[in-house]
Amino acid sequence: MEALDIARWQFGITTVYHFFFVPVTIGLIFLVAILQTCWHRTGDERYLRLTRFFGKLFLINFAMGIVTGIVQEFQFGMNWSDYSRFVGDVFGAPLAIEGLLAFFMESTFLGLWIFGWDRLKPSLHLATIWIAAIGTVLSAYFILAANSFMQNPVGFAFNAETGRAELTDFVAVMTNPVVLATFPHTIFACFMVGGALVAGVSLWRMMRHPGEDGVDGDGDGDAFRISFRLGAVFLLVAGLGTMISGDFQGKVMTEVQPMKMAAAEGLYEDEAPAAFSALTVGTLDGSEPVLEIKVPHLLSYLGTGTWDGEIRGINSLQAEYEELYGPGDYAPNIPVTYWTFRAMITAGGLSMALAAWMLWATRGGRTPSRRTFTGRWMLRWAVVLPFLPLAANSFGWIFTEMGRQPWLVFGLLPTSAGVSPSVSAGTVLMSLIGFTALYGVLAVIEIKLLLRTIRQGLPAADPPRPEPDRDPDAPLAFAY
Amino acid sequence: MELTTIWFVLIAVLWTGYLVLEGFDFGVGMLMRLLARDENERRVLLNTIGPVWDGNEVWLIVAGGATFAAFPEWYATLFSAYYVPLFVILVALIVRAVGFEYRHKRPEAQWKRRWDAAIVFGSVVPALLWGVALAGIVHGIPLDADHDFVGSLADLVTPYALLGGLVTLTVFLTHGAFFVALKTVGDIRHRARALGLRWGAVAAVLTLAFVAWTAGRDGDLAVWIAAGVAVATFLAGLAAAGAGREGWAFTGTAFAIAAVAAMLFLALFPDVMPSTLATGTLTTTTAASTPYTLEIMTWVAAAFTPIVIGYQAWSYWVFRRRIGVHHIPS
Repeated sequence: MEALDIARWQFGITTVYHFFFVPVTIGLIFLVAILQTCWHRTGDERYLRLTRFFGKLFLINFAMGIVTGIVQEFQFGMNWSDYSRFVGDVFGAPLAIEGLLAFFMESTFLGLWIFGWDRLKPSLHLATIWIAAIGTVLSAYFILAANSFMQNPVGFAFNAETGRAELTDFVAVMTNPVVLATFPHTIFACFMVGGALVAGVSLWRMMRHPGEDGVDGDGDGDAFRISFRLGAVFLLVAGLGTMISGDFQGKVMTEVQPMKMAAAEGLYEDEAPAAFSALTVGTLDGSEPVLEIKVPHLLSYLGTGTWDGEIRGINSLQAEYEELYGPGDYAPNIPVTYWTFRAMITAGGLSMALAAWMLWATRGGRTPSRRTFTGRWMLRWAVVLPFLPLAANSFGWIFTEMGRQPWLVFGLLPTSAGVSPSVSAGTVLMSLIGFTALYGVLAVIEIKLLLRTIRQGLPAADPPRPEPDRDPDAPLAFAY
Repeated sequence: MELTTIWFVLIAVLWTGYLVLEGFDFGVGMLMRLLARDENERRVLLNTIGPVWDGNEVWLIVAGGATFAAFPEWYATLFSAYYVPLFVILVALIVRAVGFEYRHKRPEAQWKRRWDAAIVFGSVVPALLWGVALAGIVHGIPLDADHDFVGSLADLVTPYALLGGLVTLTVFLTHGAFFVALKTVGDIRHRARALGLRWGAVAAVLTLAFVAWTAGRDGDLAVWIAAGVAVATFLAGLAAAGAGREGWAFTGTAFAIAAVAAMLFLALFPDVMPSTLATGTLTTTTAASTPYTLEIMTWVAAAFTPIVIGYQAWSYWVFRRRIGVHHIPS
């Protein structure tokens, strides 16, 4: 393998890994903030205990999110120095602004939240988590604006003398139609992860430890019922938002990256009206499929908003791009784009169906017994639930980034031209192995810690005692 | 002043802020083994930096991002040339941060010991390597006509760069010890001050040698002045510690770190990446983004930096109280 391939694998692995923690962080921080707000307004201790419980799960994830994020920023310069030279004038600004506007806000106010229970008055303490939550969403906007430039370069001019893309319209970069579609889609998808995690964990706790008749119960079943319903409704609403924004995004994609849409469908010839391929068994190289399930007209609608619109196929786009950019292969890896696109939709859709079923089965205070058929299966699916939207997020990103290939910046810079010329394949291989091994070990530790925290159940309410009521020499809450 | 010069200064300020702020939490990390005698003392150490270390680390992210935005060529050359040291720094920062968050999640002594080792490793290694890297940049590395690094690891770790690394390592340790002395009560406070004085003596000698070497190589008056300020403020900090004035001791080491950083950036200017070969040197003008990009960034920085500094300062104010072993919940 060459340095280019190894650098791509490293970017793929570290980015997918980083993006396990990002949606958990963004999704969960809002739910924790909502729970704390409920406590603040009602004084009901169950909300405080839920805040502390999900706050613990949140913090176990947050640490991993930050440090794997630093790797992302450094990697542009380390592995992709020619890319950095080419786009720095455009791409660097949103990245720097993300740090200045969002990361400082997140880290500082989260520090205040974690350590400030006994130091800040309750309303101010509540404000800190909301400010940190807003910071996570702000940071998403800036990094997605940077990514959207790679999908659909706007607001720039190519300078032949310096050999790079140069910014001409910052507002155009920040209002790229791709970021306007990608931002809500990504945020809603992150909310789905948070909702699914809270719903799955709560349902599992509620069914395993219902607290009825004193049988294997700790009496917290009704507290977890609250958080289960909150999480499941949150997941369903966010899922609806993800679908609507995804539909909008599909239309933008058809317009600015038609090759990606064709690759998502494995569509080789132009079609009008175009059918949506729900499933293909057999070859994807354009020869006859063995089994194919198609939904007539649906692709036309997804791509253009009309039932008869034309969707362009890979072959005609390939011919057009050869004329524009010279000889070469301009189609991404079709099996990867085709299947990740379907896996994303399936995993996301399944999580919504499960949440709806679970809400129905627990309506009006019901808790299906673990000894019944429904109960047994619901418990199993409760464990799977959090992983479904998480997987959908990964599939979505793999789709969108692999679908951009062979370009690093669509139409401007091929991926092969972006890699660092001064870094040898051996060096990249060392860091690839190093990061992968380290990330693997940390994943095991993190999952064990999460399970341990979940098994321990709700912590004591331990109401904060901010000054001046507090004895200055008394132990402090939530300390390391 | 030219926009490129303004941005050179801003990037120098961001790196300086990073070194002053994370410098003390690297020092506190090293003290986990050097100073703390039992579990409660280790927890006191961690809780002195608990609310702020993450915010301190964001200075690094912003310094890196601002370099990328304002001087893409500098960012590309620097980060690809220092590939191996940066990889090691990243691993160190990862295990350190995870150590902070995970060590208190389980009660077993062995679990805590392992994370303590991760925190010490994760503090020592970047403290050393940032100095090696900064001094190495000022010294210059072999770059070809495309500004790509053409040397080996030995070109990054010259004797001068290594001395720079030892300076940051020992100065951060001293800085961290004075921070602990300032933020704690009880026995640990006095031991931290004494330990800071002992390591401070070593750091003073190394700093003196390093700033003299730097100023001697460069010869510029401004560099000599910064070198003098660095030594004077560091010695003043040690004297204040000796007199039991912890606030002034910490202020002294903070100013000394800022002065050393200022000296290095002054010695660097107007280059940003000097080459030891006839080709490849990058300057503030050849490495810079377009005036339009710099102008937008200037407006954003001017509008938001005061706000950021304001709320970061407020968070230090919220956690201004000293803590001691009696604050640690059982």
